[in-house]
Amino acid sequence: MESGTDSGHNTPQVIEAVGLRKTYGDVVAVQDISFTVRKGELFGLLGPNGAGKTSTIRMLYGFSPMTAGSLRVMGMDVTTDWRAIRARIGVCHQENNVDPDLSVRENLEVFAKYFGLPRRIAGEKIDAMLKFMGLEHREKSAVMELSGGMMRRLILARAFMNDPEFAILDEPTTGLDPQSRQLVWDRLAELKKKGVTILLTTHYMEEAARLCDRLIIIDHGKILAEGAPRDLVHKHVGRNVIESSPVSEELRTFLAGRSLEFEDLGNRILIYCRDEEPLFQEISRRFCQENCILRTATLEDVFLRLTGRDLRE
Amino acid sequence: MKMRPMAITSRFYPVWYRNWLVYLRTWKVSFLPPFLEPILYIAAFGFGLGSLIDSIAYAGMTLSYVEFIAPALLAVSIMNSSFFETTYSSFVRMYYLKTFDATMSAPVSVDEVTTGEIMWGATRSLIAAAIMLAVLIAFGLIGWRYCLLILPLALLGGLGFGSIGMMFTGIVPNIDLFTLPTFLFITPMFLFSGTFFPLDTLPGWAQVAAMTLPLTHLSNLSREICLGFPCGLSILWSVLYLVCFAAVFFLAAIITMRRRLIK
Repeated sequence: MESGTDSGHNTPQVIEAVGLRKTYGDVVAVQDISFTVRKGELFGLLGPNGAGKTSTIRMLYGFSPMTAGSLRVMGMDVTTDWRAIRARIGVCHQENNVDPDLSVRENLEVFAKYFGLPRRIAGEKIDAMLKFMGLEHREKSAVMELSGGMMRRLILARAFMNDPEFAILDEPTTGLDPQSRQLVWDRLAELKKKGVTILLTTHYMEEAARLCDRLIIIDHGKILAEGAPRDLVHKHVGRNVIESSPVSEELRTFLAGRSLEFEDLGNRILIYCRDEEPLFQEISRRFCQENCILRTATLEDVFLRLTGRDLRE
Repeated sequence: MKMRPMAITSRFYPVWYRNWLVYLRTWKVSFLPPFLEPILYIAAFGFGLGSLIDSIAYAGMTLSYVEFIAPALLAVSIMNSSFFETTYSSFVRMYYLKTFDATMSAPVSVDEVTTGEIMWGATRSLIAAAIMLAVLIAFGLIGWRYCLLILPLALLGGLGFGSIGMMFTGIVPNIDLFTLPTFLFITPMFLFSGTFFPLDTLPGWAQVAAMTLPLTHLSNLSREICLGFPCGLSILWSVLYLVCFAAVFFLAAIITMRRRLIK
């Protein structure tokens, strides 16, 4: 007998975006991107500032109408079923848009009402969420007394108030101290274990590499790469990177004569290599005994290679 | 452009509730203006200006100057409470606090946000009118017979002025520009809507012009209620005017707020 529950394409899709496009006047923020997020997956959406991440996210929960394309979230059409979709998702915004006129607990009370939770259930849920995000001792505090990290945690608590099946987290860890970040990572892992699908944006590549099952890197509204973090590193950079700084002219001549992938940044050179030791030995012996390091290639290398090193707004 | 159907369910209530919760925290301060305002006006106009004016003839009645302006003070307070709530206060929530962005990540529509804010503006009018009413009755300036009718009037007026304020919130690029509708709309009405002097002292064309202003109708109705309806059924036109005023600008507010928030 055939089992219908095996993995692969039978896994229900939480997001099915096809040819998603968003324009503001003449500015194209998102250019016909297509991607899917599978149930239970922790999916990364990476890109420099202004790449189109937030525009994409705003379309996902039916806040911004899309200019073109089709978008299904948990099998529903965002344009018509936005209310049913939002009832089952949690959104953590990039801005700290907690309500400064209300206490920590009241912030969550109001959100429980937005979700239509009955009072008694709301009370229990609020207690649970305060504890979940390590805010139980601050429930009466005014929001303005909270540290930046606590505000971020409050926004996350708010996003999880309705037991979402799908959480959209726009830079949840930006501005957090290492302790808070660790707590957030633990919580995300717990939610993932419970089967919650998570879409995450972050500027910390180390975090993305650590948490994401799969991710896309976008820039100028287009997808540049898609895959598991490790695969992306192997595909776009290699296993290791040799960094040399300062750069000698001899090294430049040496590299020019070989079919090696490298990036010359002026005062620093990055050589991407698939197999490591012999090349490193040679380079460090001949060109830069002390100023040469061999390190593991990272997602940050991929990101910078694909999106370039120019500063963004 | 075709207008999308309105998405308004009872989910506007939590938007209202959020503001109510904040009000409960600050009521000790918020209730002062409607409490002190009539006292200040009575002192200035009653003892100051009123001592220069013998009496005012209105609909066959002879009123002291303070008796004449007391109902108008109610009307002005109804106008100001909702208008300034849905302009400055709503703008702060929308633009600086990003409250509406957060709200709309939950199953609440932009139309429900707009509605909740306008309803809250109307509630502020209701609260202000109730407090002021108590003060004016305590001073013996208005009759108590029909005075509770002021409350539904405050809601109706509050919806109208709250809606027009919300419409401006959907339009103004920055908060300083609320000065324009305040000076071009609110201040002239405050002075020329039969508030501080009877309309029939104005030249004919100005009387007609005054009849197009919503505050004229609001203060008419307030005066009728306070004086026991000396003008009879003719006031129904004013009710109709205010209903249309509220409906038209509610729709306008829905449209401008959609344009503002949906990007």
